[in-house]
Amino acid sequence: MKRIAALLRRRLAGAVPVLFIVIAFAFLLLESAPGDAVDAYLVSVGGGDATLAASLRAQYGLDQSTLSRLWLYLAALTHFDLGWSVAFDRPVLSLIGERLPTTLVLMGSATLLSFGLGSFLGIVAASHPGSLRDRLLSMASLTLYAIPGFWLALLLLIVFAVDLRWLPFSGFETVASHKTGLARLADIARHLVLPVVTLSLIYLALYLRVMRAAMGEVWRQDFILFARARGLSARRILWRHVARNALLPLVTVLGLQSAAMLGGSIIIESVFAIPGFGRLAQEAVAGRDAPLLVGLILVSALFVLSINLVVDLLYAWLDPRVGSVEAR
Amino acid sequence: MSHFALSRRHLLKGTALAALSVPFSTFAMAEDGTRRLTVAADSEPKNLNPAIVASNGVFYIASKVIEPLAEASFTGADGLEPRLATAWEGSADGLSVTFKLRDGVTWHDGKPFSSADVAFSALEIWKKLQNLGRSVFANLETVDTPDALTAIFRFAKPTPFQLIRNALPVVTSVVPKHLYEGTDIATNPANVKLVGTGPFRLAEYKPGEYYRLTRNDAYWDKTAPKLDEIIYRVLPDRAAAGAALEAEEIQLAAFSAVPLSDLARISKVPGIKVISKGYEALTYQLVVEINHLRKELADLKVRQAIAHAIDRKFVVDTIFLGYATASTGPVPKNAPQFYTADVEAYDFDVAKANALLDEAGYPRGTDGKRFALKLLPAPYFNETRQFGAYLRQALAAIGIEAELVNNDSAAHQKAVYTEHAFDLAIAPPVFRGDPAISTTILVQSGTPAGVPFSNQGGYANAALDEIIKKASETVDEEARTELYKTFQQKVAEDLPLINVAEWGFITVARDTVENVASNPRWAVSNWADTALKS
Repeated sequence: MKRIAALLRRRLAGAVPVLFIVIAFAFLLLESAPGDAVDAYLVSVGGGDATLAASLRAQYGLDQSTLSRLWLYLAALTHFDLGWSVAFDRPVLSLIGERLPTTLVLMGSATLLSFGLGSFLGIVAASHPGSLRDRLLSMASLTLYAIPGFWLALLLLIVFAVDLRWLPFSGFETVASHKTGLARLADIARHLVLPVVTLSLIYLALYLRVMRAAMGEVWRQDFILFARARGLSARRILWRHVARNALLPLVTVLGLQSAAMLGGSIIIESVFAIPGFGRLAQEAVAGRDAPLLVGLILVSALFVLSINLVVDLLYAWLDPRVGSVEAR
Repeated sequence: MSHFALSRRHLLKGTALAALSVPFSTFAMAEDGTRRLTVAADSEPKNLNPAIVASNGVFYIASKVIEPLAEASFTGADGLEPRLATAWEGSADGLSVTFKLRDGVTWHDGKPFSSADVAFSALEIWKKLQNLGRSVFANLETVDTPDALTAIFRFAKPTPFQLIRNALPVVTSVVPKHLYEGTDIATNPANVKLVGTGPFRLAEYKPGEYYRLTRNDAYWDKTAPKLDEIIYRVLPDRAAAGAALEAEEIQLAAFSAVPLSDLARISKVPGIKVISKGYEALTYQLVVEINHLRKELADLKVRQAIAHAIDRKFVVDTIFLGYATASTGPVPKNAPQFYTADVEAYDFDVAKANALLDEAGYPRGTDGKRFALKLLPAPYFNETRQFGAYLRQALAAIGIEAELVNNDSAAHQKAVYTEHAFDLAIAPPVFRGDPAISTTILVQSGTPAGVPFSNQGGYANAALDEIIKKASETVDEEARTELYKTFQQKVAEDLPLINVAEWGFITVARDTVENVASNPRWAVSNWADTALKS
């Protein structure tokens, strides 16, 4: 317990500078892109005169210098005020609050599915390294990994939503159906099948490969030889000894992947018209909406930091050696 | 590979989806039997008030809720049909316009509509805040309301009635005075929760998902509307709209949401029709903008050479797949009121273009190149980007090396219209019924930097400016029309920019949707007569 508390303390202290760097970097990065929020707006409405542009710039605070705007943003942030989105004309916090659950549900299900299926298939492949089964699985997973996400998404859409009509076409739930309770949950689940399967198929390969490689290493350890010598069944050795010990690197990958998933869902959200984080980020960049983009990146960074903290805690629990070194 | 895809499909079929494979159908009829039309939308404007933002993106949704004084028409006098106004007349001196308003109209909140609403909208919103109204109503001084159904617009300077009339469908969306008076109009909540007089009310908006419009039972035209609900589904991915139509998740996609390259295939799908009518008053023009500050391009011979190097037939047939018309000048053919074909023509002639460049004093170097320039295609349409790639090749054939610079919307706006960091740019300006609304600004001099879709190429022609100014004050219709014919001739002759093609959009709909394209601004009109076959 003590070592976990120490780990938590260290991580929280380290998080503050990380978040500051992330904010400043995101802010300056969007700032360096040519054109500002007013340019983006004027184009979207098909034109406007110079006085209109000037008054909008004053209204959005774009007539001030970059640094003073960054300073104002940081000052507001200390009061947990994420600012005002100029592209949506709404508070950033409410926009994020609206979209975050959608993305978390999508991402969470996809991560679980790809992790579960990937590691299982990894075990299956590694149980007989070099066998036909192993080679087929590796090839199949790599092929899926190589397929562009949007293409796979469209392909699945056309097969299952257009031709077979088994699944709804797109969206997070049936529009304007006003379903509640269990009926709504079932409706959301049906809508999520295609996007979740798409995301999972793409990331499946990673877990499969890591699991397979990690198991290859464990097979060669002395305690496996010992287990064999004790006369344990092949099945028992595979599941209880090899697979269990190979899980450790997989947990690391899970932590790293959680960040990548947030990014990968932009394309999937756009193809399946799911109102999530990725699409919001895309619109924030197109609209040069600095408060919204920085808010999104900040929340994503917080998310990644906490996932990694959980992974570290998990690590400490799975492998007693890790936490004790950190706590010292 | 195909074997592989098949096995994956089988795998999925057998496992993950078995439990969920209930036959699925969404349909024109909602479960409770309402007549619901579901259409694709690709943008969610943050300000949905068409009185402030007169843009097609806003009109697409808002025009069903908030109505203008008059709408464009295929058959009506002067190409108009009445909406909130039933009659309109301009005085001979151009100093006033009288509108007779419709009787028995109520706002969606039950309050009566009157001339006070029109006067308020005109003076406080169209003239002061609206992106297009600010120039059209620049000289509007007062609006007299002698009775509840009469509004008399009074102008400080003679203002052509022809211009006001042509602008009616676009710039005169009327909003309720009682919700806006005494508030900050730009941030009024009614800009998002619209209250209008139209055939539909805005019932619900779920950001990122849909808008839901419901029938206005108290609409002034008792025979309309013919639908109970309109749902705008937000589908951000362009490839998805066509598939959504096939899956019958939506019944209509306007504004070429289905890409041109998909039309040949989707038109063969049973139950789906491709409609190219209904955009006659929303003509987009494909234009090459020229930076006249660049020495080579300031030479008329070079501009003529570029005009001769462009194969307009190829552009129409290959880039627009036939859904466009070659342009002759700055006014499109489907504006017959103003259009003249009697202008300098630039037929596709590479030899002549090369000769012109030699004459201008830009011989080919040892590498076959005369000079290099930067070409910035606008990113808003597939077609503008594709034309960029074509133009680069066309220029290469006459020894001009063009470097393509691709930007996103905001960056393009800044590079071309603020920083003038271009040599050639490709723009898709819109012709909005009258050259004075958004066409003359493309060549007129004196527009400050930062104004999109304006002359930012440093072109200045005093004679042309004079014609534009004169036309803006000429009240006599015939004389004004003549001035615009001269304007077209001058532009074609001096090439401040090069007009290449003009196009309208395509609507793709299920057969069940009736009365699509019933007027020349159909997609952005009120859809009061749109119906669903049961």
